Amino acid sequence: MLKPGEFYQRDREWQPPAYSPDYKTSVARSPRNALISLQNSMSEITGPVFGHNDVDPIDNDLLSNYAKPGESPIGERIILHGRVLDENGRPLPNTLVEIWQANAGGRYRHKKDTYLAPIDPNFGGCGRVLTDENGYYHFRTVKPGAYPWRNWVNNWRPAHIHMSIFGTAFAQRLITQCYFEGDPLIARCPIVNTIPDPKAVERLIAPLDLNATIPLDAIAYKFDIVLRGRRSTLFENRLEGN
Amino acid sequence: MPQELNYLKETPSQTAGPYVHIGLAPGAAGFDIYRQELGWDIAGPNAKGERIRVEGIVIDGTGSPVKDVLIEAWQANAQGVYAHPEHPGEVEDGFRGWGRVITDFETGEWGFDTVKPGPVPGRSGSMMAPHINLWIVARGINIGLNTRLYFSNEEQANAADPVINLIEWENRRQTLIARRGARGGQAVYRFDIRLQGENETVFFDI
Ligand SMILES: [Fe+3]
Repeated sequence: MLKPGEFYQRDREWQPPAYSPDYKTSVARSPRNALISLQNSMSEITGPVFGHNDVDPIDNDLLSNYAKPGESPIGERIILHGRVLDENGRPLPNTLVEIWQANAGGRYRHKKDTYLAPIDPNFGGCGRVLTDENGYYHFRTVKPGAYPWRNWVNNWRPAHIHMSIFGTAFAQRLITQCYFEGDPLIARCPIVNTIPDPKAVERLIAPLDLNATIPLDAIAYKFDIVLRGRRSTLFENRLEGN
Repeated sequence: MPQELNYLKETPSQTAGPYVHIGLAPGAAGFDIYRQELGWDIAGPNAKGERIRVEGIVIDGTGSPVKDVLIEAWQANAQGVYAHPEHPGEVEDGFRGWGRVITDFETGEWGFDTVKPGPVPGRSGSMMAPHINLWIVARGINIGLNTRLYFSNEEQANAADPVINLIEWENRRQTLIARRGARGGQAVYRFDIRLQGENETVFFDI
């Protein structure tokens, strides 16, 4: 009989609620009924597996993955690096991390983005990488610019990099945003403030990491990501696994 | 003071935003960058079983289509095996069981081709009716929404499904059933997702 090891339940008081009226788009896009709580089955503890056939080595280098030969995007060159762990503190090796971001002027390379800041001909704005055997990942990119958005009349998104992470199970699937230490727009952002607990917000702010800079080349920020952890197999009524 | 529990907390979720395509489907954002984008082929060329198409639209609380949604699908193969090391059994070469789909920017319609999954093991020896697990993200969705797509021509299996039966409001169970139709000799299942309001789709905390 199949007896999967379950994931710890998601802390819904820590995670942002679906309905957060200061982020106006959530008003019509948030379910009104309670979520139905589901204990894990095989459908939740499994998830897609990715390998080195899926990504290329250049995919994590946003400084070069869209630039013309010999050219670079404009902006502050940064290393974004960190680890993907689970709630037990165990590293998650070989898991897919995908990112996307605006360029240094705050403009996305997207046909729906009409902000007046210019497109950078040498910047695509997306990257992806598999974590190594110890759960580490890194990207080279430029620091994105802040940009205005229609919510209240005068809202500006803090500089941020969107991040998508898989883990080993569909139950761990997560999309989040990485912000940068010292940005005064973070505290004023209605999207950031969908997160109720200020301690949880801090978890999305990458500190400057001088130890990881490349001298005379790129400055660094560190961003660790934690996905849901799994029960160990101590009890009779447990589901087996991990 | 007791000892401190040293579990880490899950990273908080944030909306995928309107430009999710740049990261997860750059072709749709309007540019080519990767050798291959991920998630376009769910079943692969060698998968056994019935080839099906799934189509739908995501509708918001005002009744309007959500045109910037991204959906990920996760399913077993026709034998009911997930392509994952913890699931005993084999899948066909090239079968991943995972896909990513975005909407038409004008209409909000989405669709994907796959094979119909088989029944898969549930908890405590039960079996679950064939289903596709879906995860929905978009601008305005603060944390991805999980739901399941079941098949209208699996009435018996659906009636016995332990997850469908968890939903105490029997009228809401229908929101998880994709309706089978046909086009050009191929089975097409229709699955509209209502984020809010009348006939709001059942979403799960998994
Ligand atoms: Fe953004």
